[in-house]
Amino acid sequence: MAASVEELPLAKALNAGLRAAMATDDRVLLMGEDIGTLGGVFRVTEGLQDEFGKKRVLDTPLAESGIVGTAIGLAMRGYRPVCEIQFDGFIFPAFDQITSQLAKMTNRTSGAVHMPVVIRVPYGGHIGAVEHHQESPEAYFAHTAGLRVVSPSTPNDAYWMIQEAIRSDDPVMFFEPKSRYWPKGPVDFTSSAAPLHATRVVRTGTDVTLLAHGAMVSTLLQAAQVAADEGVSVEVLDLRSLSPIDFGPIISSVEKTGRLIVCQEAPGFVSVGSEIAATVAERAFFSLQSPVLRVSGFDTPYPASKIETFYLPDADRVLDAIDRSLAY
Amino acid sequence: MAERTPAVQFLSIDGKFAPNEAAEQYLPYLADLTASDHQQFYRDMAITRRFDEECTNLQRQGQMGLWPPSHGQEAAQVGSARAARPQDVLFPTYREHAAALVRGVDILDIVSVMRGASLGGWNPNDPKNGNFRNYTLVIGSQTLHATGYAMGVAFDGAVGTGDPEIDTAVMVYFGDGSTSQGDVSESFVFAASNQTPQVFFLQNNHWAISVPVSTQSRIPLYLRAQGFGIPSVQIDGNDVLASYAASKRHLDEARSGEGPAMIEALTYRIGAHTTSDDPTRYQTPEQLAYWVARDPIIRFESYLRSQGAPEQFFADTVAEANDFAADLRHRTLALEAPSLASMFDNVYAEPHALTTDQLAWLDAYELSLREGV
Repeated sequence: MAASVEELPLAKALNAGLRAAMATDDRVLLMGEDIGTLGGVFRVTEGLQDEFGKKRVLDTPLAESGIVGTAIGLAMRGYRPVCEIQFDGFIFPAFDQITSQLAKMTNRTSGAVHMPVVIRVPYGGHIGAVEHHQESPEAYFAHTAGLRVVSPSTPNDAYWMIQEAIRSDDPVMFFEPKSRYWPKGPVDFTSSAAPLHATRVVRTGTDVTLLAHGAMVSTLLQAAQVAADEGVSVEVLDLRSLSPIDFGPIISSVEKTGRLIVCQEAPGFVSVGSEIAATVAERAFFSLQSPVLRVSGFDTPYPASKIETFYLPDADRVLDAIDRSLAY
Repeated sequence: MAERTPAVQFLSIDGKFAPNEAAEQYLPYLADLTASDHQQFYRDMAITRRFDEECTNLQRQGQMGLWPPSHGQEAAQVGSARAARPQDVLFPTYREHAAALVRGVDILDIVSVMRGASLGGWNPNDPKNGNFRNYTLVIGSQTLHATGYAMGVAFDGAVGTGDPEIDTAVMVYFGDGSTSQGDVSESFVFAASNQTPQVFFLQNNHWAISVPVSTQSRIPLYLRAQGFGIPSVQIDGNDVLASYAASKRHLDEARSGEGPAMIEALTYRIGAHTTSDDPTRYQTPEQLAYWVARDPIIRFESYLRSQGAPEQFFADTVAEANDFAADLRHRTLALEAPSLASMFDNVYAEPHALTTDQLAWLDAYELSLREGV
């Protein structure tokens, strides 16, 4: 690398992370729809087929179950496949292969067979797309034993977390916040920011804790700035890992602020936010000054995109939750 | 529609060596077989028939939750598994007990799965298990794993080198019911697209539990593969020589880089789908009688006798099969439940806070009960 720190969009940081992983280990291969010649519909894999060849960057037939099912076989042979599912809503044809096969293989073979498979999923809204292109299905996978689930919110995390996910001997669901693909941020090529499964404090505060993953982290930072202008000191945590969840920093923050608001684009019912609320109630009950609140997408299908801004939690809705929390 | 050809058959149903026209091109693949090989095929089939019966009995006696019998399908399995070279990799469904035996899997490991003492049973990476992968219960799922594995074999350059110790093929077993699953079609697509070194071995046993094959397909199933660009052949699956010859040829071709092929072995599930099933509710006595008359073991026994196999061989095989079953019964009864820790131990390859915490909690809870705290 020419410079140790570079300003990159998240998509290009991922591209650099994939390139680094492939250069390090020739068992790493990429597979998915349109990822070779085209470089992926979001160009995350741009240039990699030219660099590493068609045996390491595979334009697959258009079949998600086939992509994941053959990745399982490749992993049995000793490869470390990184699958791209083109859009969040297209992952369900592969649901059996992910949840019944990939997730369980290590357990059902008593550890004899590992599944170092990464499944990259561009997810979430804010891009004005049609049905099945803006969903946040991460809870299905966090609910499944045997899968690790992570989601970077910054280019730097994207660069490092994709490499750590590929190094993991477990299957990792890698949810990429597609609305954050384009904004640039600093990427430090010299050292990793934090372990793959660490929750990170991204803004310190004393009055209330906000927690999110992926694209919602930037929404929380906006809300925190507005709240600060109004005299409320907000702590913001970036969850980064949805399975396992690193509860230590969450509990510590709640012990300090006494208030927690969990935010996500996904529907709130039986969600990652629900799990965090329940666990914090169990582990930090006497620290809480108010109930844990959830700010979520609604429990409807993702709406027509002309009204998606009313579905997706924004800074105003987070500020409203801060007011409700402080009112206790 | 592609033109139908008769199923490849070497042995008539009364055990005479009478290759039909379709079998002629497969004749060279029998050339290397010796009388000793023939006797091995017979022993594989007879032992499987015997332990399969023992396992059904063990289930009836409450020693297993479930047993899926392979009765009737022994020739299809033994011929195909015996045609594979040691480095070839076999992906089974959950009924390939004869193939498992051939490849060296301890049948107790299958019993362990059906008894509820283990999930996967055996370590497919342990050389003693002959590259026989684990049983797969979600119908058709293993076809994609096999295709992916075969893609990896090709990426590794273990195809078409001409070195018989290196070149590797993958064989995947599947059934007539599974052909309706999307994964099977997707595996055909991926195999054709990647020209994988792979043989799709379909045992058409005519039933998906209670649903006849006519509900799955209006055309012979081997023709399906041709629509995907995969050459295919239909064989008499109750003729162990047909199964061997067709498998040998297509495995050889796969290893040499000629891409995937599909074999449809016409056979019949004489028994139930599993011990939970009652085939008298859907199968007519006439159908059963038709297929019992085509029993693969009786047919091959007639052939071996006509070739001069001594009476003592058959008597020895009966004794060997009985000993095998008695030993299996003895060891089945001694199989114990796995440890509670095994529930958590390999959920992940690397530590995961949730399972680590839950195992610690369960240990403490169990200890508190024992100590009466």
